[in-house]
Amino acid sequence: MKIDPIHQFNIEPLFTLGHIGNHTIAFTNSSLYMLVAVAIISILMLASGTQLVPGRLQSVAEISYEFVASTIRSTAGAEGMKFFPLIFSLFMFICVSNLVGIIPYTFTVSSHLIVTAALALLVFFTVLIYGVAKNGLKFFKIFVPHGVPIYILPLVMFIEVLSFFLRPVSHSVRLFANMLAGHIALKVFAGFVAMLGFSLGAIGWVGGVLPLALTVALTSLEILVAFLQAYVFAILTCIYLNDAIHPGH
Amino acid sequence: MAESHGGAKGPAAGAHTEADGGHHGGGFPPFESSSFASQLVSLAIFFVLLYVIVSKLALPRIGGAIEARQNKIEGDLAEAQKLKDQSEAALKAYEGELASARSRAQAIGNESRDKANAQADVERKALEEQLAAKLAEAEKTIASTRVAAMSNVRGIAADAAGQIVRQLTGVVPDVASVNAAVDASLKG
Repeated sequence: MKIDPIHQFNIEPLFTLGHIGNHTIAFTNSSLYMLVAVAIISILMLASGTQLVPGRLQSVAEISYEFVASTIRSTAGAEGMKFFPLIFSLFMFICVSNLVGIIPYTFTVSSHLIVTAALALLVFFTVLIYGVAKNGLKFFKIFVPHGVPIYILPLVMFIEVLSFFLRPVSHSVRLFANMLAGHIALKVFAGFVAMLGFSLGAIGWVGGVLPLALTVALTSLEILVAFLQAYVFAILTCIYLNDAIHPGH
Repeated sequence: MAESHGGAKGPAAGAHTEADGGHHGGGFPPFESSSFASQLVSLAIFFVLLYVIVSKLALPRIGGAIEARQNKIEGDLAEAQKLKDQSEAALKAYEGELASARSRAQAIGNESRDKANAQADVERKALEEQLAAKLAEAEKTIASTRVAAMSNVRGIAADAAGQIVRQLTGVVPDVASVNAAVDASLKG
């Protein structure tokens, strides 16, 4: 039996929506799972009660709310709450789509660089446009750190500018690579179980226990990674927005 | 920026999709630029949809619920504090009332005792005066009785002396001298 750990990342067009130029815009499996993520978040946030004593679903919704709100307050200050809907949407979208992606035979939206890059660029341009609109040219003080001797300032500024423009790259590749690598590893180890079972008979059934155990362990690790990468994406967004809000620091 | 990236690779990607047809395993899917446009469009649609739902409906709803709970808790705490203050005030008022009632009771007790004492004094004094008057009267009566008795004793003594003298001497003595002798012996 052939293991194809890449197959799970295929984009399958389900139906065509239209054309832009010579691009075919299709509703793909990726679109479907984006819709699923949006639907799950909407159900969680809108179908949960608003009782004084929260039920289970309402507790989850409130914990998500408080979690993201406290993350923003601690990293970007009270002014960062302007971006609460954006960061909440990013965090929930990535977290839910990652967690859904762990279920076998599903598709992981953030395992495609184009998706994570688009989200990272959204954050990048939000920071850039808001920073310049709010602070004007003072925004560019983020490239000039305090207390740096004048003779190494050009070098430091060069590094700062470079790192600023590389932010969307690291921001997007981190999420993409984590999801991609995790799913490939899961697929490979899970494939070993089937391969041993089908090819070696009884010995294979016994031998398959080890990769199965590893698959279980990796799955729990992937659940952690799915949440953690969404959190990392959100907290980096907060840190970048903090630069736009308080450029002097 | 992302869209222009997708656009740049667009034509090649379109050809690639047609060549690939139905079967997979050609390239590495995340780098197949033919799917970029579709993914970007669906991401834009669904992320904007999510953003609108989150910002217009979900966050106000959950935030409102959390705030309502916070307000309720604060209101209840304030209410409890108010009630506690009230009960403390009531306790203080009760204690004040009790103290004043106690002092009033003491005052009333003192007053009535004083009054009773005064009345008893008056009565006693009146009784004592009455008794003193009776005593004085009795003493006067005793004195007059004694005087009368004493004068009777003198008469009897004089008579007895006269008779004794007559019996002894056979001579009826002079009344005046008998009286004088009786008086002298009574004095002696």
